[in-house]
Amino acid sequence: MTLDLEMAEIAKVFFQESREGLDIMESGLLGLGAAADSENINTIFRAAHSIKGGSATFGFAAVAEFTHGVETLLDEMRNGVRPVTAEAIQTLLQACDCLREMLAATEAEQPLDQVRIASLNSDIGHILGERSNEAPVPAPIAGDGRGTPLNAELGMAHGPTGWRIVFEPVADLLRLRNEPTRMFAELRRLGAVVAHADVSRLPQLDALDPESCYLSWNIEITGRIPRPKLDEIFDWVDSGCRLEFTPTGEAEPAAPVPAAKPVQPPQVSKASPAQRAAGDSGSIRVATEKVDDIINLVGELLITQSMLSGFADGIDANDLDRLRQGLAQLARNTRELQESVMQIRMLPISFAFNRFPRIVHDLSRKLAKKVELKLVGEGTELDKTVLEKINDPLVHLVRNALDHGLETPERRLAAGKPETGTLELAAFHEGGNIIIEVRDDGAGLNKVRILQKARERGLVAPDQELTDEQIDNLIFMPGFSTAEQISDVSGRGVGMDVVRRNINDLGGHVQISSREGLGSTIRIRLPLTLAILDGQLVRVGKEIYIISLLAIVETIQVARERVNTLVGRTEVFRLRDEYLPVVKLCDQFGIEPDSRSAEDGLLVVVESDGKRAGVLVDDLLAQQQVVIKSLEANFKSVPGVAGATILGDGTVALIIDVPGLIRSVVRQGAGAVAAHAA
Amino acid sequence: MSTAKANAGADRSEQYLTFMLAGEEYGVDILRVQEIKGWDKVTRIPHTPDYVLGVINLRGAVVPILDLRRRFGLEAIAFGPTTVVIVVRVMSGRDERTVGVVVDAVSEVYNVDAADTKPPPDVCGSVDTVFVKALATIEEKMLILLDIDRLIGNSIADELPPGVAAA
Repeated sequence: MTLDLEMAEIAKVFFQESREGLDIMESGLLGLGAAADSENINTIFRAAHSIKGGSATFGFAAVAEFTHGVETLLDEMRNGVRPVTAEAIQTLLQACDCLREMLAATEAEQPLDQVRIASLNSDIGHILGERSNEAPVPAPIAGDGRGTPLNAELGMAHGPTGWRIVFEPVADLLRLRNEPTRMFAELRRLGAVVAHADVSRLPQLDALDPESCYLSWNIEITGRIPRPKLDEIFDWVDSGCRLEFTPTGEAEPAAPVPAAKPVQPPQVSKASPAQRAAGDSGSIRVATEKVDDIINLVGELLITQSMLSGFADGIDANDLDRLRQGLAQLARNTRELQESVMQIRMLPISFAFNRFPRIVHDLSRKLAKKVELKLVGEGTELDKTVLEKINDPLVHLVRNALDHGLETPERRLAAGKPETGTLELAAFHEGGNIIIEVRDDGAGLNKVRILQKARERGLVAPDQELTDEQIDNLIFMPGFSTAEQISDVSGRGVGMDVVRRNINDLGGHVQISSREGLGSTIRIRLPLTLAILDGQLVRVGKEIYIISLLAIVETIQVARERVNTLVGRTEVFRLRDEYLPVVKLCDQFGIEPDSRSAEDGLLVVVESDGKRAGVLVDDLLAQQQVVIKSLEANFKSVPGVAGATILGDGTVALIIDVPGLIRSVVRQGAGAVAAHAA
Repeated sequence: MSTAKANAGADRSEQYLTFMLAGEEYGVDILRVQEIKGWDKVTRIPHTPDYVLGVINLRGAVVPILDLRRRFGLEAIAFGPTTVVIVVRVMSGRDERTVGVVVDAVSEVYNVDAADTKPPPDVCGSVDTVFVKALATIEEKMLILLDIDRLIGNSIADELPPGVAAA
């Protein structure tokens, strides 16, 4: 299928919107159940309807046809004709998956998986076919049953001589840009209208929010008006409003909506319902490229500002005070501008969290475990790039927690715990970082077993004493991942080193704490953004480098007797009861330093991947926020260098890649632990 | 991006900026030249060949600076008052990069007619002929027209040894 360029551009938007639509459907379906509220079904229906419409427009017949089946099922559900059963929800969820694949295949112009489509189609057909014996068919009612044959009949041929309309709008009606008076004006064009406003909900004047709608109306309209005409008028407000049409005159009022049969839903409790809408309220879609451009510009503005500040120190005229004042203002403005621009890149973590109800739903079914998923702090924002890159590690951790952390219902009951396990995903800010925690109340880690395994693999010396925390964090060691699953007792550890590496590469940090029998908590600390870094400026010879403050543990002056040589070449030093390799930046980067040996300089102790090293520098300079510039844009990536930035004097300084540097030291073989990791 | 497509095969006259390097005159397509600036201090980059002098801040962009003398294996000289950095835009793969090259001095801007150019012989001065697009004769002088994409792309690319041109 070839589309011309412009169509391809629009089609891209369609694919993107359809994917968002599928996400809405999926979260709607997962939330469906106990309440089976019609609003939710409506939302799901609308999403399916848009996908159907869009795909038909673009000539993706297979997608449109498939969605039509889904839509028919949803339509019957929202009309109360079809009960909401667990089976139907499961089928619809599978249909969402199938649609997602179909869209991906269509976009890539690949053939569709016809077998799967056919099988799901027949499943849906099966559910639709069961109609007669599943539940008594209630008469489609006023509520939302427009377009059903019965109503159409009522409205058109020998319809009523008038209608009684109960219109109870949501408080948000006006904010949603709806104008009730306009609707009344249109009603008046159809026939004589008598409207009674119900003012009982009006609050006291001082409590009144002028943008909220407190009124509801009982409207009587006379005339032979077909039902669709009325629907048309209220088309835009039907979501969330109580809207009832009752024919007056010869036609009989229709039966009320029967409550749909409730099903046991996958439990998803939201800690803060107010944040639920965080993902979809007033968002805009901005090309990342454009935002990056603005970020670059603001970065330059910062540079100019710091350049000016340096310049001001040299002037001593009478205007100095005013100049200083102006500069202070410039500094403030720049910082504010930068912060607000950075905000454009910030997305709520719900974008990552929203996948988990589905993952947990599917996985708990498969593993026959009962799990309640709690999401906390979904509104917490972080940089889009960080968000995208944290997704896979999070999925891994959640799978691990479900698979190995939480016990089966029988085991839990035997251990005196509630049958349903709890898995909590929490996100919050803590001092310029974002913390993501994955908590479970499962079995916890078996420390004895882990330590035994680590000793077997030579990751820990036989006589080495470890604290509980150190033992827990052994599961992040590379040695563990290559092992077969430890055992069914504490089988965690597959790929945990990869999780840690991914998080370290983002400039973050991960650790686990666990109490046997009570559960584990995995804590991920991430920088808020990858575009700006809190840096420590260090000097080596004539060069200035930047080390991320997040990676620095401490800086020390080392005494000669604490420095030892290993195999005649590598220098190590003793920090309390640990031997750390010394990384000489001068040797690594081939520059002429002031001090050649460790005892004359300063050692910056850095940590990554759970390994520490001392970086030998000549001097510590200022700490400042730096805008990260890519070396790759015009050059290429350089080992040991994470990027570059521009200092206040306009020169370029390189940012040290701490994880890379430590890995390179480890590769050279310093320390027993390191030798195994390599 | 249209500049990237203009090549020696086009049978109309093209403008070349020429510069001096160890007594020879070289030309680069003037449409690829972004600016000419004086030599300034650079920040050194570790783990790079000696002809990569370092990077500079060019209005907020981090731009690498290559020493063309060293790139061609010529004797390095002290940078003097005529030493300049020619900032060019090159295509490397599908990306456009901005790179500065240090030369002895800038010379002239010439209109070079396609008819006045000849393909390079196998041996041509001290420059590997793979980087030479053509030789041109202007006012009885020989100009060496450089294929700047190949030259720079090759100098920056990770694995390619000198002389192997990117396709």
